[in-house]
Amino acid sequence: MGHMSTQEQVQKLAMKAQRPLLEVQNLVKVYKTGKRALQEVNFIIDRPQVVAIIGSSGAGKSTFIRCINRLVEPTSGRILLNGEDIVSLDRKGLRAARRRVGMIFQEYNLVERLTVMQNVLSGRLGYVGLLNSIRYKFPPEDIRAAFELLDRVGLEGYENRRADALSGGQRQRVGIARALMQRPELLLLDEPTASLDPKTSRQIMRLVGELVNERKTPAIINIHDVALAKAHADRIIGFNDGRIVFDDVPANLTDEALARIYGDEDWNPPADDGEATRS
Amino acid sequence: MSVLASSDRAAAWRPPTLFGTRLKRAVFWGCVIVYLVWSLTTIDIDFARAVAGLPRALDIITRMFPPNFERWPLLVTGMLESVQIAIAASIVGIVLSIPLGICAARNLAPKPLYLAARGLIVVGRTFHEVVIAIFFVKLFGFGPIAGLLTLAFASAIFLGKMLAEDIENMKEGPVEAVRATGASFWQVVFYAVTPQVLVKTLGVIIYRLDANLRHSTVIGIVGAGGIGQTLSASFSRYDFDFSSAILLTIAAMVALGEWFSDWVRRKLR
Repeated sequence: MGHMSTQEQVQKLAMKAQRPLLEVQNLVKVYKTGKRALQEVNFIIDRPQVVAIIGSSGAGKSTFIRCINRLVEPTSGRILLNGEDIVSLDRKGLRAARRRVGMIFQEYNLVERLTVMQNVLSGRLGYVGLLNSIRYKFPPEDIRAAFELLDRVGLEGYENRRADALSGGQRQRVGIARALMQRPELLLLDEPTASLDPKTSRQIMRLVGELVNERKTPAIINIHDVALAKAHADRIIGFNDGRIVFDDVPANLTDEALARIYGDEDWNPPADDGEATRS
Repeated sequence: MSVLASSDRAAAWRPPTLFGTRLKRAVFWGCVIVYLVWSLTTIDIDFARAVAGLPRALDIITRMFPPNFERWPLLVTGMLESVQIAIAASIVGIVLSIPLGICAARNLAPKPLYLAARGLIVVGRTFHEVVIAIFFVKLFGFGPIAGLLTLAFASAIFLGKMLAEDIENMKEGPVEAVRATGASFWQVVFYAVTPQVLVKTLGVIIYRLDANLRHSTVIGIVGAGGIGQTLSASFSRYDFDFSSAILLTIAAMVALGEWFSDWVRRKLR
């Protein structure tokens, strides 16, 4: 990881002037089973960009992304979101921090019996009191923002549909709108396209890229599809066995780098698996 | 792999059985047979007594007909009390079952609370409604209060258990998503848990209302109020024609309740 530490030093020098949006220091996660999912992960995002995380299943991608908003409790290390350490927060502080981080999931994780609008508005739950929220009384500006977001993600007129009446791509758009309702400082996407067909996947990734640019919000995306990652990310991070083994622009993701991420033996198979590996 | 070896494996393959091995299966059925033989040969059934009871049964049944509805005000009062007990007990039971169900759901409650709630449910389910009714009658005396408390307690335990099971079986994804927005615990409960369990829970509640109606007629027999108490009194006074009138009314009421519960649950789906 020699080249990485120099890069890190460069970044750290740049950091002195301004706080990074996200800085992860020595992040370790050991599950109760004894599995070391993350081993000393260090990582900085200092500008709005799409960061794709690739790696085999079990390499720690999902654990990493879930540690950032503490859906998974880190074992040790620091996660600084605009300078505030999320790991040391108490319950209340954590809830306030979670409001600043939007999350989008592989299985969309919409509440199926609620309408599209109710699902989108649930992105504001962190800002609305319990009594108002259970009566679905949200401030008018939130409702206006929800309509605008639905228009933006291409779901104009869908506000009163029930979530379980939508297609996969439409559900993911609702998921994106819900996350953006938080006006987040950071977006986390956990395999957002893994349940979608290739065409819808590309549309969703393009939408995410556009939104990151429009809103100047960085996004971290776990993704299995290397071609999709190379096409839509500004930066790619490779995980192997709980460690970052690659961190660079997509153009530098060579076969040699892929071998480092996914392992030698499994790499470079003949044509049949080629689509995902060639850009 | 040679063709011969694979055809041997094909011949040797058996579908898996419930018991795992044939030996275990043989042992199981052997035990069943031994038990049946033992219990049938050792149980003390006095046929003479059974035979002697037959003419008495015949006598009671003939005296039950025709049913006598002359004292219908008593019947109506008892029946109304039973229905009131059933409805009031269901409402109290529902209110109590919600916190109990949430506490007894492994995926929502912290471990100590979960264990305590599960323990309460296990203990509560051990006792039949009639046993609980006897206990409450001893505490609060004869009358509908004992009946109400009995059924409220039993309903809370039953509904709490069903609710906890539903919560444990719900999809975790929406819960995780709502939690990730910075929602509080109760907001997670209202936004991610309630929509997932509501319809099924309403069905269970309606079923329990129906069950409470049936139970409320029974627990009166041990003095916990309602039509059961009237029925018990009529039996002790050998007013068998009035008893049969009460029984018919109970049957009609229970059938009505069951029809209503079926109808509502069909609507809910």
